[in-house]
Amino acid sequence: MLNIQPYQNPQYFLLLLLAFIPLVIGLYNGHRWRWYESLISLLFIFLIFDADKTIQGFALIGYTITQALIVKIYFHYRTNKRFNNNFWIFAVAIGLSILQLVVVKLTPLLANGKDSIIAFLGISYLTFKTVGMIIEIRDGAIKEFSFIKFLQFLLFFPTISSGPIDRYRRFIKDYDNVPDQSSYIGLIGQGVHYIFLGLLYKFILGYLFGTLWLPELEQMAMAQRHNHPFGISLALVGVMYCYSMYLFFDFAGYSLFAVGTSYLMGIKTPMNFNLPFISQNIKDFWNRWHMTLSFWFRDYVYMRFVFWALKKKLFKSRITIANLGYLLLFLLMGLWHGEYWYYIIYGLLHAGLMIGNDAWLRFKKKHQKYLPSNRFTKLSAIFLTFNIVCFSFLIFSGFLDTLWFK
Amino acid sequence: MDTKETVLNILADLTGDTTIQNNLDESLFDSGLLDSMATVQLLLELQQQLDIDVPVSELERTEWDTPNKIITQVDHLRNA
Repeated sequence: MLNIQPYQNPQYFLLLLLAFIPLVIGLYNGHRWRWYESLISLLFIFLIFDADKTIQGFALIGYTITQALIVKIYFHYRTNKRFNNNFWIFAVAIGLSILQLVVVKLTPLLANGKDSIIAFLGISYLTFKTVGMIIEIRDGAIKEFSFIKFLQFLLFFPTISSGPIDRYRRFIKDYDNVPDQSSYIGLIGQGVHYIFLGLLYKFILGYLFGTLWLPELEQMAMAQRHNHPFGISLALVGVMYCYSMYLFFDFAGYSLFAVGTSYLMGIKTPMNFNLPFISQNIKDFWNRWHMTLSFWFRDYVYMRFVFWALKKKLFKSRITIANLGYLLLFLLMGLWHGEYWYYIIYGLLHAGLMIGNDAWLRFKKKHQKYLPSNRFTKLSAIFLTFNIVCFSFLIFSGFLDTLWFK
Repeated sequence: MDTKETVLNILADLTGDTTIQNNLDESLFDSGLLDSMATVQLLLELQQQLDIDVPVSELERTEWDTPNKIITQVDHLRNA
């Protein structure tokens, strides 16, 4: 049969256009035909996991059933007044919820790079959603649960493969609602704009950097690696910038498709990028780069850790607590990318940068009077941040592993 | 002590900025005055001083970003 990966080729976009005609007409006239939305969602998900990807499809079905049960049971536990909010029950729920992802992430490490048979495209992003839900259920922030809405949220097809990572309560608010005509017209305009911008990003700029130039630069860097200490050649610098541009345009392009498609369905999926390369420091950068991921880690890991550590008075100094929080956040993020040395170094580097940046901000606050702040200092800050970020992406790319050890 | 005074005191303490009471509608996140760490401290102070519980996941940033909005939220929670 047929297999069509999301946002990869013209067939996908053509099919999307056809499937969306009735949906857009409906929403424009104030109707959300939820059965129709579910039908096309199932169709597109089926096309991702059809033909040679059938095993992945079964893994997704198994995963969905397990997650639905975990969330449902935990919700029952939390809303039943007979039980108090036991931490260990919560920990077990989280543990069960991430179990399949952990197995999938560890299998390549233990089985010589082979993928697990319970792996499927998008498992990470779905797990972020369910873990976020379990945490909000523990907090009592999620007060309603329905299987249908859970499935709609978890399997929302425009974002199923790689995000952006939405939040349950935010999503349901949109899903339960039909935008009025004038705001829906606004959404269509924005959505179409995002999709066209995505085409420019992913298929023109991403193609130029990633397919046309990057392999050549990599070849040059490999050819010269023995002539320079640590293989650091001009070509390697080229690889660094070229890969960084590719990474941004490819992923930002994908994200624009996902957000644009969501808008056409009247769902305001959050944006993933906000001009990351004009960031003035590394903290600013993480507020602009892969935002739904960094905000997820900020809200569900960093802030919760800091809250707990401050309350338990784990350390006297709140600076120590904040720094430990950064280490925890970025190590987890690094490990989530994969169990390779370069992801872990990437995580540690960003934790270090955040810690250093906080120290600098404290110093700046204290000595505000003596430090100049003008257009030149701002541009220098942007230039410095950009270069540090590109360097971290060179590590992230894994090319150094090839350059040094292969 | 009323909510407004308490909240403004906490905010002034956390940000080290005593002019906060003159800019009640300025976004504390955009200006960088309130980072995630300070936000968590704010929640803890509210818990200790006013006895209101705000779990981290209830903190919708767009509803907590200015001193005035924080006062409104706290008032709302105290009377709930």
